[in-house]
Amino acid sequence: MIGPDMFGWTGKILRVDLGTGAQDVLRLPEAVYHDYLGGKGLGGYLLRDCASLSTDDPALPLVLAVGPLTATIAPTSGRCHLTTRSPLTGAVADSSAGGRLGTELARAGWDAVMIVGRAERPIGIEIDDASVRLVDASALAGRDTAEIFTLLRERRKGGSIATTGPAADTGCLFASLIVDTHHAAGRCGLGRVAGQKNLKYLAVRGTGRRKVADLAGLKAAREDILRLTAASPVLLGQHGFSCFGTGSIFDLMDSRRMMPTDNFQRTRFPGAEKLNANAYKQRYQPHRHGCQGCHVLCKKIAADGRSMPEFETMSHFTALIGNTDLELVMRAGDLCNRLGLDTISAGATLACFREISGETLGGERVLELLTGMGTGMGPGAELAQGSAKYAASMGRPELSMSVKGLELPAYDPRGAYGLALAYATSARGGCHLRAYPISHEILRKPVATDRFSFSGKARIIKIAEDANAVVDSLIACKFLFFAASLEEYSRAYSAVTGVSATAQDLLLIGERIDYQERLMNAQNGFRAKDDDLPQRFFAEEGTSGPGLPIPPIPREDFLAARAAYYRIRGLTPDGLPTRETAKRLGLPWPQELESA
Amino acid sequence: MTSLLAKYAAKLAATGLIAPGDVLMAALDDELISALLLARPSGVYQAVMAELARQALADGSASITPGDCETRTFLHDLPVVDGLSAEGVVQALRQRKGCVILHKGEALVASFGTVSPEQAYVTMSSMCFACFVAYFAEHLRRARLGTLTPERRAAFSRVTALLPLDRGEIDGMPDLLPGPFESEDAAREAMIQAGRHTVEYGLVDSYFGNISYRLGDTILISQTGSSLDELGPCIDPCRLDGSSCAGITASSEYSAHKAVYEAEMAGAGARAILHGHPRFSVILSLDCERLDCPNLGECHRACDTPRAVVDDSCGLSVPIVPGEVGTGPFGLCNTLPPALNATTGGKRGAIVYGHGLFTLGAADFRDAFASLMDVEHFCRAEYFRRVAELGG
Repeated sequence: MIGPDMFGWTGKILRVDLGTGAQDVLRLPEAVYHDYLGGKGLGGYLLRDCASLSTDDPALPLVLAVGPLTATIAPTSGRCHLTTRSPLTGAVADSSAGGRLGTELARAGWDAVMIVGRAERPIGIEIDDASVRLVDASALAGRDTAEIFTLLRERRKGGSIATTGPAADTGCLFASLIVDTHHAAGRCGLGRVAGQKNLKYLAVRGTGRRKVADLAGLKAAREDILRLTAASPVLLGQHGFSCFGTGSIFDLMDSRRMMPTDNFQRTRFPGAEKLNANAYKQRYQPHRHGCQGCHVLCKKIAADGRSMPEFETMSHFTALIGNTDLELVMRAGDLCNRLGLDTISAGATLACFREISGETLGGERVLELLTGMGTGMGPGAELAQGSAKYAASMGRPELSMSVKGLELPAYDPRGAYGLALAYATSARGGCHLRAYPISHEILRKPVATDRFSFSGKARIIKIAEDANAVVDSLIACKFLFFAASLEEYSRAYSAVTGVSATAQDLLLIGERIDYQERLMNAQNGFRAKDDDLPQRFFAEEGTSGPGLPIPPIPREDFLAARAAYYRIRGLTPDGLPTRETAKRLGLPWPQELESA
Repeated sequence: MTSLLAKYAAKLAATGLIAPGDVLMAALDDELISALLLARPSGVYQAVMAELARQALADGSASITPGDCETRTFLHDLPVVDGLSAEGVVQALRQRKGCVILHKGEALVASFGTVSPEQAYVTMSSMCFACFVAYFAEHLRRARLGTLTPERRAAFSRVTALLPLDRGEIDGMPDLLPGPFESEDAAREAMIQAGRHTVEYGLVDSYFGNISYRLGDTILISQTGSSLDELGPCIDPCRLDGSSCAGITASSEYSAHKAVYEAEMAGAGARAILHGHPRFSVILSLDCERLDCPNLGECHRACDTPRAVVDDSCGLSVPIVPGEVGTGPFGLCNTLPPALNATTGGKRGAIVYGHGLFTLGAADFRDAFASLMDVEHFCRAEYFRRVAELGG
């Protein structure tokens, strides 16, 4: 067990049973922390024995975990990672949340909060250092998140608050958790799991400090990381995230002809140049805002207080649904935040509805449908199950642009083949962040790779998945890895914890964390057939331009790359884990797979 | 993949870092490491790396810590392995992107890449540059401190005898396209040509440096991580009014280029910027007489002493300014533009401490290239003059 003299971790995990009101402190062997780090790794560890529980089973845990770097001076370490099973996909669900949540939780002395059970009425969990209270939140049910933040802030100054909106209460399968007004644990329907537990909000204030083994070493690692970010045009350049937010990538997606348009029927949206980050900046005069512990400050807040849309929201609420009105994007994004909806799934589900129905979506109609998704009433309520279930119910399953049921973000895979493979192999479904090949296929970091080739991509994707599993477990922000690498962060980890580890050591941990998720997915029936893209990408061209053809993805090449990925990952040709690899990584073989 | 391996092996030989055939590159699709490089540096690079590796093993640090900007930013330090063994090399490569191996008195370099063989090539190339700069800068510093030994002087003589001749002295100026350029195609062609010659003349390692040209209200600039001798599709058009972020992949020095052009539009009107890493210009920028300066160790960002490379015989005066890569609080985007804009005459340039030389061209890259070449030529001669003057 971790004692009070340990660095980086406290060894304390808060377990709250909302059904009984019981609270207790879990203490895990020190080796668990060394093997899984924290964040995503620890969340998976705490979930895995319950991974096959139904998502409406009260015993299914919702885990919020920080990492050994959280609340230290390691850059961008103030995030929190949430893990459970997705009601949208049935696969492992996890999401990284910014704001102050991670920092406050770490300062309060907790490595994680594990929430089980179902309360009889809406409940808030309020944590002030070691003190934990369950608070009746009935008065907040049905209110939008902006109202909830206002009400809670009247009596809780400082600290961090994460809350669900009406979408979580009314059964939307892609309901999110909103953190500190402007941030979200958006994907996979984590908010819905909270809703099923009648957990309305979590408020945390911490006053402690994390112990660091080697402060000088940590400062040196921090200097190296900051120097690299300063040299990154994507992060701190004049066109980069710090100046324009993640929307700065919008123009690049337009020029590379990989902007998903009309439900991924096309890859270029006429007029996109008038909908770019600069257009928003001119119109809404945003100011910089960031997560605790970050110097990039990629979050932007409009002068009127609304959150500026992230890149995916900008793209999905314009090109994907045929809208050219910036203000509608602002209103739609704001409405999603208030209702507690994942903007990627919401936008992509609207686009799916639009293609199936043939309906032209005007501004008010978009808002009406989003309201239906988030309240479960009126038009749009049928879309709250996500695009896959909606399209299937309409007899057009092929028009859900999703992988494993999770809607795709705003990068068309016909323009980047590594991304195509990464979408398919992502354990949580259609996600660009698990391997983030945009980094080398588009942004040229660490070096450029040929975006129209699968050559070498299987290995690259596997290593990147492992690396990003580490990033989500330490914790740090993936954006920083456009500049820095595990080479620098391994030094920060060693300095904080006193545990000697190289980048390669961390990659092995990342491999374990990733494989742990694949074991859980296998228990829930996921196979190679689920590691695939919608047929559209193999059959239809994108929008080609002069000297820039965007053909369909070569199916045979994709399958060959996926087969290579399975070999490298240690999976069977059907994408299933093997006992041999599980044993090598020190992972127990799940009971549910005994017959396999 | 095979073609990539062959390409980067050929580039190492073409740049004189190795003798043809003295590199082993491998890439495996089903293994953890995507690309592995083992090479025997040749000529002067072999000599300086072997010497620095011997020192690192003798003083117990087992690490070379060069003071140049690129190493500080991207490589941090260079582990040294005593003897060629898989275990030793693996251990070093678990720490850093590349390492120096001292094997039977000879220096070898190992590096790897997880995404492309290009990473292994870039690391090798950067390590050669870093060690070259570190060795010659250290010799001059020792000369200033009066700590040179007879053995060191003898070794220095052997090393300098291996220096390649100054390409500019042999071939003179390359025939570069005359400007001003009025179309994007013409400007791109000129940039591609000037970039290629900058590498061929040894004024920058392939992967580093950057180049730009202002065409009306647009700056054409090389992309981040592009190779100056392979610029083809790697040039971004960036509007000065900032109305598009398409230049998010532009060079990390875009902010500095933009600030220079904005000042030039109200002044002398230069339209071309060329940035290389000529070795002796970088080495001289590290040389300082103030051995007891309170900012010692922080020169790259805290130097407040006006410094310059000056050749009175031809009116050359090139300021040396501190500044780190990019846009941070100590970024060269704050220090370089005012220094560069303040220069006058036919040879306009400024050196960023431990980093490289930026030069301006009025209408095309002929002035900029000539300045790059001439400043480096002068710095090389000035370096040996200073060493000789100090008894080195």
